[in-house]
Amino acid sequence: MSFRRIRAVFRKEFLHIVRDPRSLGMALLIPILMLGLFGYALSLDVNHLPAIIYDQDNSPASRDLIQAFQGSTYFDVRSVSGDYPSIEKGINSNKIVFGLVIPPDFTRLLEGGNVQVLLDGSDSNTASIAMAYVTTVVNLYALERTAQRLDQRTGMHVKPLTEAQVRVWYNNDLKSRNFIVPGLIPVILMIIAALLTSLCIAPEWENGTMEQLLSTPIRPTELLLGKLSAFFVLGAADTVMSLLAAVFLFNVPLKGSLAFLGLSSFIFLFGALSWGIFISAATKSQLIAYQVGLLSSFLPAFLLSGFIYAVDNMPTVIRFITNFIPAKYYVTIMKGIFLKGVGMKVMWLELLWLTVYAVIIFTLAVSKMKPKIA
Amino acid sequence: MSAIEIIGLTKSFGSVTAISKLDLAIAVGEVFGLVGPDGAGKTTTLRILCGLVDPTEGQTRVAGFDPVKQTTQVRDQIEYMAQRFGLYQDLTVEENMDFYADLFGISDATLEPLKLRLLGMTRMEPFRNRPAGQLSGGMKQKLALMCALLHKPAILLLDEPTNGVDPVSRRDFWLILEDLVQGGMTLIVSTSYLDEAERCGRVGLMHEGRLIRCGSPAELKKAMPGLFWEVEPEDMRATRRELEAHQGIWGVKPSGATLHVHASPEVNVSDWMTARIIEPSLEDVFVAVVTAEEKHA
Repeated sequence: MSFRRIRAVFRKEFLHIVRDPRSLGMALLIPILMLGLFGYALSLDVNHLPAIIYDQDNSPASRDLIQAFQGSTYFDVRSVSGDYPSIEKGINSNKIVFGLVIPPDFTRLLEGGNVQVLLDGSDSNTASIAMAYVTTVVNLYALERTAQRLDQRTGMHVKPLTEAQVRVWYNNDLKSRNFIVPGLIPVILMIIAALLTSLCIAPEWENGTMEQLLSTPIRPTELLLGKLSAFFVLGAADTVMSLLAAVFLFNVPLKGSLAFLGLSSFIFLFGALSWGIFISAATKSQLIAYQVGLLSSFLPAFLLSGFIYAVDNMPTVIRFITNFIPAKYYVTIMKGIFLKGVGMKVMWLELLWLTVYAVIIFTLAVSKMKPKIA
Repeated sequence: MSAIEIIGLTKSFGSVTAISKLDLAIAVGEVFGLVGPDGAGKTTTLRILCGLVDPTEGQTRVAGFDPVKQTTQVRDQIEYMAQRFGLYQDLTVEENMDFYADLFGISDATLEPLKLRLLGMTRMEPFRNRPAGQLSGGMKQKLALMCALLHKPAILLLDEPTNGVDPVSRRDFWLILEDLVQGGMTLIVSTSYLDEAERCGRVGLMHEGRLIRCGSPAELKKAMPGLFWEVEPEDMRATRRELEAHQGIWGVKPSGATLHVHASPEVNVSDWMTARIIEPSLEDVFVAVVTAEEKHA
């Protein structure tokens, strides 16, 4: 093993990156694009649910209920003088998410009466959240009315028997951005590391430089380490860039240790880069390498890592598969460091798996780098 | 001691046999030329010697090491210049040289004067900072050569190194090579220029994967049966047709404004036209041998 040969490959590879506007642009633009897209545009928070209310009763009681909806930031009551056709039209044209129908005998039936909620279920995620919100508002209203009545009858102040006292521990504002942005960093790194690296060996085969290179005293491992370290610089730059954006642009609280964050990022990046090199060495063609790289790195990191979609909600088989997606462990670590401030003590197992993965893939990549051309 | 030993070497790619039962020994300090038509197996032979391709059958020894199993030891002893330009188009002439100097472990103290010498010798000094991709074909070959000559390997393997290089640079290039051989280096060069083959100590002629002739240029010429005649015709085509109609004419090949005629010793070409017996060039030998082979097959 010669440090000088590794350094030579590193320098050469770095010159390739710097001089190829496409790969450099990809390396810098992808993180910016993704941070912008996911940090600003993607929000899973359900606020200002648009609604139309059809008040058939038009009584003080019904107006109280309407007031409860109008007073909450979770709802955006577009009209209180709707009717069935306007609700139907609103839902069909995606103008509203639900319609609330208060029956004409609402006041009379109040003690055992119902209101009707017409909900657009086509976006099931929003619908279920809206349903929970609406139910809560109506239940609260019913509770208050019941309590008022009891107070009036008994002359005493009656309180509900059980109340849930909720205290949110982490991410207390329940902002989805706070959990999307830390989880986004693994996705970005996976793209940069695996996708860009997957394109770093195939060109040597396609341009005929591999034959010349392999005939020199360079060892396959040196070639691999040299290339890996050049892309490592790129990946590290992207990590720092994403971190700065997360903390200063999106104001995501960073509670845990920076050192642990650095260590786990280093290990994850090393594994992801090795995966890219493995693909590149195994395919020998840029086109195939690119496709395999995209399918095997970006998609699993995006879908199966728990970045947005909670692993716990997945079917058993898929949940089992996620155990083999290194991004899952890194996402857990990132969210843990950012939002909970936990470190090695809690997440040593995740870190261990990341290390095991990195070592296995690196070994595989080395075994794929044969000093032969045929 | 042999620098290179090849015993019973066979290489097949699927149903195609690229090299068939090749035996060859090349001594230390020899300049060995490998000639033959396209597809004769020259490149494959060189690649096998570098350990880039593993043979199907047979044994090879390069500087005493087995290229199949002791690939790294072999690579520490050799320098190989591939036929296809193998340097980085987006790196400058100097960056390419520096990269290879690092791979060969050339010390900085030796590198600077060596670089200047090579750049001067190849007249590439003005293009030092030009990206390799913007060099002409001949200049690319020179750059590849400079990179190859940065270190002094025990064995230098060159695959058609002067392809596309202008005649002046080709001559310069051979002067450099002869200089290296003086220092005891073993040189194996495949070439399609037969005037270059004349400069080799020994020449191996390959055809369809077999080594059909091997010896010094003088030996190869002497071993040719029959006689070579030179004719200066007024009408090339007519004279050629006339000659080919005669019994005992083995081959007629244009050479500049003249025709070289390979004929059986019983025939006297000067009976029919003005002709004189000549010493055959390697090219004459090459064409005659390959033509005979192809007739035979």
